[in-house]
Amino acid sequence: MPILNLAQALNQALFQALEKWDDVMVLGEDVGRTGGVFRVTDGLWERFGPERVVDTPVAESGIVGVGLGLAVGGMRPVVELQFMGFSYPALDQIINHVSRIRNRSRHRFTAPMVIRIPYGGGIGAAEHHSESMEAIYGHIPGLKVVVPSRPADAKGLLLAAIQDPDPVVFCEPIRLYRAVREEVAEEVYVTPLGEAAVEREGDDVTVVSWGAMMRECREAADAAAEAGISVELVDLRTLVPLDVDTVTESVRKTGRAVIVHEAPRTGGFGAEVMAQIFERCLYDLEGPVVRVTGWDTVFPLKRGEHLYLPDVGRVLSGIRRALEG
Amino acid sequence: MRQLLTPSGDLVGEAPFGLDLCVRLYRAMVVARSYDRKCVALQKQGRLATYAPFEGQEAAQIGSAAALEPDDWMVATYRDAAAMWAQGYPMELLVAGRTGDERGGSPPDHVNVLPPSITVGGHMVHAVGLAWAERLQGSSRIAITYFGDGATSEGDFHEALNFAGVYGVGCVFFCQNNGWAISMPRSAQTASETIAQKAIAYGMPGVQVDGNDLFAVYEVTRQAVERARAGEGPTLIEAVTYRLGPHTTSDDPGRYRDAGEVEEWRRRDPLERVRIFLSERGRWDPEWQAEVEEKAAREVERAVELAESLPPPAPGDVFGGMFESPPRHLREQQATLELYRAAGEG
Repeated sequence: MPILNLAQALNQALFQALEKWDDVMVLGEDVGRTGGVFRVTDGLWERFGPERVVDTPVAESGIVGVGLGLAVGGMRPVVELQFMGFSYPALDQIINHVSRIRNRSRHRFTAPMVIRIPYGGGIGAAEHHSESMEAIYGHIPGLKVVVPSRPADAKGLLLAAIQDPDPVVFCEPIRLYRAVREEVAEEVYVTPLGEAAVEREGDDVTVVSWGAMMRECREAADAAAEAGISVELVDLRTLVPLDVDTVTESVRKTGRAVIVHEAPRTGGFGAEVMAQIFERCLYDLEGPVVRVTGWDTVFPLKRGEHLYLPDVGRVLSGIRRALEG
Repeated sequence: MRQLLTPSGDLVGEAPFGLDLCVRLYRAMVVARSYDRKCVALQKQGRLATYAPFEGQEAAQIGSAAALEPDDWMVATYRDAAAMWAQGYPMELLVAGRTGDERGGSPPDHVNVLPPSITVGGHMVHAVGLAWAERLQGSSRIAITYFGDGATSEGDFHEALNFAGVYGVGCVFFCQNNGWAISMPRSAQTASETIAQKAIAYGMPGVQVDGNDLFAVYEVTRQAVERARAGEGPTLIEAVTYRLGPHTTSDDPGRYRDAGEVEEWRRRDPLERVRIFLSERGRWDPEWQAEVEEKAAREVERAVELAESLPPPAPGDVFGGMFESPPRHLREQQATLELYRAAGEG
């Protein structure tokens, strides 16, 4: 099997979707001629033309709102918002329309669309380019929220999102676009939404994470293993709907849990995961659940981002705290 | 400003339709007014939620909707029930929506009218996408979107017109400039001399029309619709009209506008001038009017009965509307609610 990085895997998913389904189209700022700011849509415009791979005016609300109209009208738009920090002008469309059109019309009109949002820090970018606000999207009824962390999942999850009958916010970890590579099957396949993956099995502590932070968690699990700590690593992959069973089964087994995300702590999606653990398996816990997260601060600029982002050491320290508790 | 029929009923150009269609549209305006007044009355009785009356805007809505094909898309607002009904949206569902029932938002399959949202201005971009989707699928269906003068200040108005202009999609932007956005007069809403002139900025034609003139509204909308259907792109229409009633049933317009202004607009009533026109051509008399009004009242009454006879929504309706099939967390939450209700009833 070919080895692809995460951006290439997403590109392949989009290419195959455009090839296989006539109703799929890709829209966004600079997604056509230049292939997107991260080149995730590279080569699509040349192959499928400007009617299906559409460079749009710089207007996030318009991109999403027009995308919704396209979706209701029978197309399957995959829209790209360049950075999560640029997605907020579209929040009115997402909260008030995209997530509600099915309910407002009691299934008469639906929005089978994907909103791709590159997110996360660690690339030394300018302000607004490092946001990790997936919890905002997870809080909106009517949306599904997906955050892949590895190429094979990214492809399968994106193909699943494109075929999903409901709107999906697809958060792509910028830092991992080119940092993780693995074998990716060439054929069209789907990775079902709403299923977490136990990426590695272990006995002492469960580490739950998603997206960009999975890389630090993998490295922390390796380091922990060297210190004789057996980590079970769960990649949520989809935040909504949340695969509660996989998380709780793992926590029941290990009795301890660490939740890792780079988003701000207060009201972060980790709080929801923690609440689910408490509601469903409090008495299986042998110590307090630990959160390793970004701070409740604005994401620092390049020179300070190492102070914000959880690194391997912080994850490891969280693991130790969970074991001590 | 385009005008064909003056407030005193004089035809100052060529009628865009024959007498039969004129009679039909007059009847429709009578039904619309009957519906509107009934809804205001029902709201006062506590049978409807807040209601946004459109009295005074009947020609703008009925005249423009008459220029559409039955399967064209319509994306309108909470004040556009007349246009929606004219485009096939069942009246009982319009009433149901106003009783506070989401089932009112689900028109039959052949009716391509989106249920209105209540936020202002966010819906116009949907019409652009719909018109675009039709073109991509090789269809000649077009989309029309309705909005008020206040909505032209929203960012999404700009984004909608900009996208429509850039991609040349078959979307008709129909602004009912009814003079007031709640308490804000049109003059304070924008420094533009007209709303129609904003079209220039987006590379599309803009037309200002007497919105209380059924004939002129029909004519300019027809031209815009034909243009859209022929693939020649979008048009912005500004129909100058007046909201004779309050913004909604929760509002007291006496706090912000003169009664004299309202009286002046009453004299430009959109129904009255068509009545005079028909009367002068032997197609109107008081008995016929009474018969038309009675028929309209019966139609509205029937719609209210149907809407009010809908059984109350069940938990499954609340949870079941969110996704094609409810994910686990919604099934669990529904079960929690049902358990609580069962305990309460048991």
